[in-house]
Amino acid sequence: MTVTPGWYMTLAAVLFAIGLLGILVRRNALIMFMCVELMLNAVNLTFVAAGRALGLIDGQVSVFFVLVVAAAEVVIGLAIIVAVFRQRSSASVDELSGLSG
Amino acid sequence: MSWEIDYLALLPEIVVAVTILAVLSLDLFLPRRLKYWTATVAVLGVTLAAIPLIVIWAGDARASMFDGSFVVDDFALVLKGLFLVAGYITLLMSVSYVESDRYYQGEYYLLLLCSILGSMVMASSRDLIVLFIGLELTTGPLFMLAGWRKGDIRSNEASLKYFILGVLSTAILLWGMSMLFGVTGAVQFGEISVAVDTIMAGDPDMQPLLGLAIMFMLVGFGFKVSAVPFHFWAPDTYEGAPTPVTAYLSVSSKAAGFVALFTVVYLAVPGAVTFWGPALWALAALSMTVANLAALRQSNVVRLLAYSSIAQAGFMLVPFAGAAVSGRDKLGEGLQATVIYLMIYALMNLGAFAAVIVAARRTGTAELAGWAGLGRRDPRLAVLMAIFFFSLAGIPPLAGWFAKFVMFQSVISSGGLAGGVLAVIAAINAVIAFYYYARIAKTIWFESPPEGAETFEDAPAGSLVWVLGVAAVVTILVGVLPDISGFFGRATQVLVEAAGG
Repeated sequence: MTVTPGWYMTLAAVLFAIGLLGILVRRNALIMFMCVELMLNAVNLTFVAAGRALGLIDGQVSVFFVLVVAAAEVVIGLAIIVAVFRQRSSASVDELSGLSG
Repeated sequence: MSWEIDYLALLPEIVVAVTILAVLSLDLFLPRRLKYWTATVAVLGVTLAAIPLIVIWAGDARASMFDGSFVVDDFALVLKGLFLVAGYITLLMSVSYVESDRYYQGEYYLLLLCSILGSMVMASSRDLIVLFIGLELTTGPLFMLAGWRKGDIRSNEASLKYFILGVLSTAILLWGMSMLFGVTGAVQFGEISVAVDTIMAGDPDMQPLLGLAIMFMLVGFGFKVSAVPFHFWAPDTYEGAPTPVTAYLSVSSKAAGFVALFTVVYLAVPGAVTFWGPALWALAALSMTVANLAALRQSNVVRLLAYSSIAQAGFMLVPFAGAAVSGRDKLGEGLQATVIYLMIYALMNLGAFAAVIVAARRTGTAELAGWAGLGRRDPRLAVLMAIFFFSLAGIPPLAGWFAKFVMFQSVISSGGLAGGVLAVIAAINAVIAFYYYARIAKTIWFESPPEGAETFEDAPAGSLVWVLGVAAVVTILVGVLPDISGFFGRATQVLVEAAGG
């Protein structure tokens, strides 16, 4: 049995779903953030698989850009989480409920 | 393929990029007492960037670079102008805000300039990758700006909520993009459009996947423009963030999201209008109705403006969505009305926020009850505030009236039952919106000041007075001489031609 690009896309879809589910059920900002990273990597896998299947370099090129932006977002996200942690000594998003209505 | 780079066409972006580097180095080397120069340089840079923009506009040189991925046409130029003006106004609003902080922070201007650069790049992008980079460069710095008051837990909360939802929306948007790439085998809008037409004409196997890709992208954009039902982060972020940043979020960042949405659906996937037309219709109807009803019961003016900006986003979508449900050939006209609305909204909303900043400083609160009797305490400010809020409500002869007029004219002339229903929903919502805008005016003018209300006598900073003056003059001028904004609408004609409509 050969592994076709379709398999990779299915795997990517599963990873994406796991990430999305994680965001919905977990309440720790750090874990939620890791789930987003999982979703972004699912995107990368789709881009690579599609690029390979179509014989186009654009898919691989897109992945580089997504990787770089994801890295930049990690920096921003960790900085924000640290700022929250200094105020609250907790990274749970449920405790952040000062703003509502 | 053309790989020649037209440096004149890129000059506005280059000037902003150089300004970013200049602000960064100045912040490193200047002694603390001279740090205010970072603000001066930032404002100067944004002003200078407008000069090449006007030169390109006046000439007839239009450029298409990097194999058509980066296009400088009338549409891009007008939007870049909007982003520069909004950036300029936000910078001026921020000066007194940053100065009043514990210590001077030049990074603020650096981040804001990065965001302005991102939105300018996005206006020119005709390619999924460039669009993504532009959009991320626009929103990335804003995550940090929203949490600018590091010691304030409310600002932290605003920032964290915005960040989590922001990266989530990016992931969903990218998922849609990767599927679109997989289905069409292209990243450039023109090529995607051709592939989409082929699929819609005779490849029913691919159609569900294409529809799914478009839906994911719409959800991603829905978060970015805070359209209902993806709006829940917006009021919290708007309330917790520093007010100048809120103004920028509700104008530039929202406009950037809209531009991304329109260029993608209009240039890349117009062939699949039967998929995304009804979705946009629902977004428009829901945004107006839900946000207006929520705004009715707000007591905090900044939060009220947050809901008002969500509702205004709904109004903005009305002409385009109305055109989308009645067929592909009507899209160009709808887009023009939407762009006119966007331009007018940007200016009057920035003015409203500037007035709110001044009033909050005068009264020491952003709660509406604390503003009672402001008309007697500071009549000039109260008049300006009435101008901006009535303009947002759409009262003639102010600019907002013309925006609403164009919106209704467009959605009704596009015909069809769905368009008509949307027009009725918009009309009902315009009335609801008028109620809460008028409530602010009533509190300011007709209620007596609360017991023991203090009025802080310090005069607003010169930069704020200038912003208020300019925004008020433009708001009145556009209302009296609506031809000015029709000129912006015509710029979208280029986009209409590009899409072959």
